[in-house]
Amino acid sequence: MFEPFMREPWAVVTLVALAAGMVGYFVALRGAGFAAHALPMAAFPGAAFAALTGVSAYAGLAGFAVLGALILAGLHRGARQDAATALVLGAMMALGALLLSLSGAYGNHVEGLLFGQVFAVGRRELWAALGMGAGVPLLLLALARPLTLSALAPELFGLGGGRRGLMDAVFLLILALTAALCLPVTGVLLAFSLMAGPGAAACLLARQPGVALGVSVALALGIGWGSMAAAYESGWPVGFFVGALAALAYVVARAFRRG
Amino acid sequence: MSLAGFLDAESVRLALAVSAGAACVCAPVGLLAVLRGQGFAGHALADIAAAGGAAALLLGVSPGVGFLVLSLAGAFALAGLEGRGLGRGLATGIVLGAGLGLTALLLFLDQTRAHIGGAAGGVMFGSLFALGPSALVMGTLGAVLVLAAFGMAGRGLVFASLSPELARVAGLRVRGLGALYLVLLAMSVTLGAMSLGAILATVLLIGPASAALCLTRSPSLAVLVALALALAACWGGIALAWDSYGWWPGHVWPVSFFITVLVLGEYGAARLWQGARHV
Repeated sequence: MFEPFMREPWAVVTLVALAAGMVGYFVALRGAGFAAHALPMAAFPGAAFAALTGVSAYAGLAGFAVLGALILAGLHRGARQDAATALVLGAMMALGALLLSLSGAYGNHVEGLLFGQVFAVGRRELWAALGMGAGVPLLLLALARPLTLSALAPELFGLGGGRRGLMDAVFLLILALTAALCLPVTGVLLAFSLMAGPGAAACLLARQPGVALGVSVALALGIGWGSMAAAYESGWPVGFFVGALAALAYVVARAFRRG
Repeated sequence: MSLAGFLDAESVRLALAVSAGAACVCAPVGLLAVLRGQGFAGHALADIAAAGGAAALLLGVSPGVGFLVLSLAGAFALAGLEGRGLGRGLATGIVLGAGLGLTALLLFLDQTRAHIGGAAGGVMFGSLFALGPSALVMGTLGAVLVLAAFGMAGRGLVFASLSPELARVAGLRVRGLGALYLVLLAMSVTLGAMSLGAILATVLLIGPASAALCLTRSPSLAVLVALALALAACWGGIALAWDSYGWWPGHVWPVSFFITVLVLGEYGAARLWQGARHV
């Protein structure tokens, strides 16, 4: 499990879990579950685009995820946000399906893209992962106060001169970068589990923001490392373990809170 | 494209019929889902149902049966978990994540144990041209069920979706209507997933209904408009996919892509029209 060729995957999983765990706390706080589910899907055509044009996978993923975040931020000004989110998600997935089928990679790559293929992460992706893995937590720490305040007390935040629309857009952009970072590890569909599960469980377990943030990161690291080890040993897809462990963490946290 | 050749193909006729059933089911039920603000729940249910589709492949039964069983179970589980706030909270997301994890495992087993290639593509993105005759039975059943429910209890269903408190005061059985809505939602998710695949089923559920609500305020008119839009998108998408064989030699354009694009075009046009009217 710790052979030299596994060095990059372990490093990437650690970076992904750090970023996802921190974002997850704010996802739970801001009730942004659907956006957290939609943005990895927005990144999906980026992978196909990268395969078609030969640009770096992370560049394609991040580009399309940011595009999705901007569209969401624009549409969220209107009514019926959930319907708009659902349609953006559908549009990006359909575009991805088209690009994949045109690139001729449909059958082989689609499953890895959807459900994760962490062992394929190579040295070429490591620098991009390092940049995003360090950038996302730093951004979140720098913006922790306005992000928390605008979610918990929007009126107060507005009175203090803060712009809620801008904060929402900034958070969507951070979410998009995290989604792009997670995607090669967990896949399109399970990035959400790693981005929302630990945060939701942490908010049940701890009330203090600082503590909850720490718990969320610890849980994400546990889920990320555990899934990777289990996938390596069993040969089953990483996504299965991520989804199952995230759900388990949430169920245990709920039971713990009630008991 | 010659129309005669288009309609001669058995797979095309079946696709037209099944997608018509899906449109009849998804448009009215989607309207209720949009009124209830349950876009996320509708999407989550389709993703959970994907595990059923993958399990059905493993067991050798029709994927439609798997979709239906899991989406019914999922609808009632989500309703129990979140109560009236169905589909807004994180609990929905966690169930959705667990369902997708299970889907990942089952699709992996489909490929390694049952040696079904391309299972992921079919379950997640649909394979409208590769449906069996059993899909037609399901499409017809679903359409009859939904149309009957709307014929008998349409007003109550819409009323209870718009304002449960008022509906209760007016003497409607809100709990019963809620359960009926969940069954209809599961049915529409099943047919949507069979036609467009689990991921894109949401588009057919939410898109035509959202567009219709931009165009008209009357609920009964909105049902008809949504139905027409859904049908136009499905049949137009099938025709375009059929035509696309010659566009780029060696590559087939996915039919789900065309249907999704047409639905999005309808929604975009409806929003523009609404915006122009209110300026």
